[in-house]
Amino acid sequence: MKFKVRGIDTFASTGGRPFDKNKPLIIFVHGSGLSHMVWVLQTRYFAFRGYSVLAVDLPGHGLSSGESLKTIEEMGDWVGDVIGAVGCKEASLVGHSQGCLVTMECVAQHPEKIKTLTLMGGASAIPMNPELLKLAEESNPKAVDLMMDFAHGPAGHFGGHPVPGLYHLNVGSMIVQNKEIKDTLGVDFRACDNYKNGPEIAKKLDLPTLSILGAQDRMCRLKDGKILADYIKGSEVKIIEDCGHMMLLEEADQTLEILKKFIAKNYPLIN
Amino acid sequence: MDPKTYKFDTLSLHAGYQPSKNAGSRQVPIYQTTSYMFDDVDHAAALFNLERGGHIYSRMSNPTVQVLEERVCALEGGTAALATASGMSAIFLTIMTLCNAGDHMVVSSQLYGGTVNLFRLTLPKFGIKTTFVKPRDTEGFKKAIQPNTKGIFGELVGNPGNELMNMPEVSNIAKEAGIPLIIDSTYQTPYLCRPFEHGADLVVHSLTKWMSGNGSSMAGILVEGGTFDWMQNDKFPTMTEPYEGYHGLSFAEEFGPTAFTMMARAEGMRDMGPCLAPQNAWNILHGLETLSLRMEKHCSNALKMVEYLSNHESVAWVSHASAPGHPDKELAEKILPKGTGSMIAFGIKGGKEAGAAFINNVKLASHLANVGDARTLVIHPASATHSQMDEATLKFAGLSHDMIRLSVGLEDFEDIVNDFEDGFRAAKKPRLVANK
Repeated sequence: MKFKVRGIDTFASTGGRPFDKNKPLIIFVHGSGLSHMVWVLQTRYFAFRGYSVLAVDLPGHGLSSGESLKTIEEMGDWVGDVIGAVGCKEASLVGHSQGCLVTMECVAQHPEKIKTLTLMGGASAIPMNPELLKLAEESNPKAVDLMMDFAHGPAGHFGGHPVPGLYHLNVGSMIVQNKEIKDTLGVDFRACDNYKNGPEIAKKLDLPTLSILGAQDRMCRLKDGKILADYIKGSEVKIIEDCGHMMLLEEADQTLEILKKFIAKNYPLIN
Repeated sequence: MDPKTYKFDTLSLHAGYQPSKNAGSRQVPIYQTTSYMFDDVDHAAALFNLERGGHIYSRMSNPTVQVLEERVCALEGGTAALATASGMSAIFLTIMTLCNAGDHMVVSSQLYGGTVNLFRLTLPKFGIKTTFVKPRDTEGFKKAIQPNTKGIFGELVGNPGNELMNMPEVSNIAKEAGIPLIIDSTYQTPYLCRPFEHGADLVVHSLTKWMSGNGSSMAGILVEGGTFDWMQNDKFPTMTEPYEGYHGLSFAEEFGPTAFTMMARAEGMRDMGPCLAPQNAWNILHGLETLSLRMEKHCSNALKMVEYLSNHESVAWVSHASAPGHPDKELAEKILPKGTGSMIAFGIKGGKEAGAAFINNVKLASHLANVGDARTLVIHPASATHSQMDEATLKFAGLSHDMIRLSVGLEDFEDIVNDFEDGFRAAKKPRLVANK
């Protein structure tokens, strides 16, 4: 659906159900250069099980208007504003990759609004390879190819998408290339590279938190994901074997099952 | 720093398959089953509602067929693919997903005869009309577009006359009109051309041909490039508006670069059901493993054959984009740098009677209605593949009664030539009799 956040047209997938502000809200936040489309194998499930779902397109991404926000802090604040913009008071957040930094920032800036936090393929800092960053800021398509290479685990490079007929690497690539690379991926990579608040914010988080990590993640390595989880008081950690950074697609079923259990326990539907 | 994603030959052997998820089986297993067990009621509901990936019923998807779909998709550089029972069913499924009654297509006139008949005779029964345009008439494609036109369709190298459509320029015309360009790339395979790199939005194949190479199995496929923005205008409401068949799902919104394939599977396979048998998918996968090796030999044999035929006293003309003086030679060198394929059309002196004598007297070359087999194939299109067309349609499609269609195989070149010499000798005899 389309709605206004700070006066700008914003798009979020509602998982195929009409949005209902009276149902518990889960907001999904995508990674660098991507859009709501990466979440389709998680969002539709919750949307048809009593939750209201918003898989947002960050400003300038996917179907949202405006320019990309330049810092993780701005993005975190913006996600907090989304909650009020749709008439809700609180939400659970699910972030992937850069979306983990964004959702942590959101909790730090809007602690009263956030009930649970799920971090997929996260780390407390995501410093960028300088060559990759330069390529993205120059809108060089090679940046996307490198990103798809790094983002998928060894098994993911062979394919085997959970949805019959889809080919992982090219799906991600086309989502990124839907926009001018420097305006989305370039800005996002720079924002990740500049962001240094992760460890301090993570240590202050005080809400039910789940970290889902890929054992073969080369974008945010397993050890970095574990360090982040260790910073967060009481964080649950689930590791998916033989999986890279794109667990939400590479191992969509396992990811959904883990998320289902966490949400059911910590953000249940009220009968 | 370069990406270490797998390249073409590796993908043709490995894409879409993980042995670790299949009991360690190195070869792709044949899942000869109709249906798949659900974990519980919630799992079943989620699968039926496209909330999670997986298999329900082999009319919709099958694990063996899935490997083939991903493999071809990877080779084409696409985002999603859907395999079907034949190339014709892939085209039909594509058009039925794209169009509604009252819609219109702009289509190249030089196509396989069955495809011509689909657009000319069958689709009008469903209220879908077509304007045919000669493949070299690039401006004609633009002029033929109407407000209700939903796409442009063509074979890059037309069957059987070997005229090329200027895919990059026709793609620009399609983009200006906000409609997709659909290319039947059967003749090329992704080894010779990846149409998405030249502006195509959807690609269809008959996998029965070179992709398989072994002449054992029928199969087709639709591949999506992920390049077309279905939401750019209001021409494609079935893609962009809530779809009643899946509780108000908007395919374009939810699935973006894979929306067309998701719709074709969810609606088309559900309601029409032209599914591919897993055994056939497995046979095609075997062929794909050697695609590069076979295409190289097909093309090198074809080049020698063009030279041989061009210099033969019994041959009136030769059409192959590599032939000297072919009107599309420059375009072919640009978009088919690895070779222009192994289909040759030639005119035999003596017309229809000579053609029949030639075909009846070759022994190595097989006279049959197929192309792209590992073996050399010949046919007289006007009396076979295109025989259901009237004279005017034959002429518009660029067919003549002296035309022989040749699909050059992988045999030793000298053996093919010796066989053809027998055919040409026999072809001279009807004329000698006539001259008396």
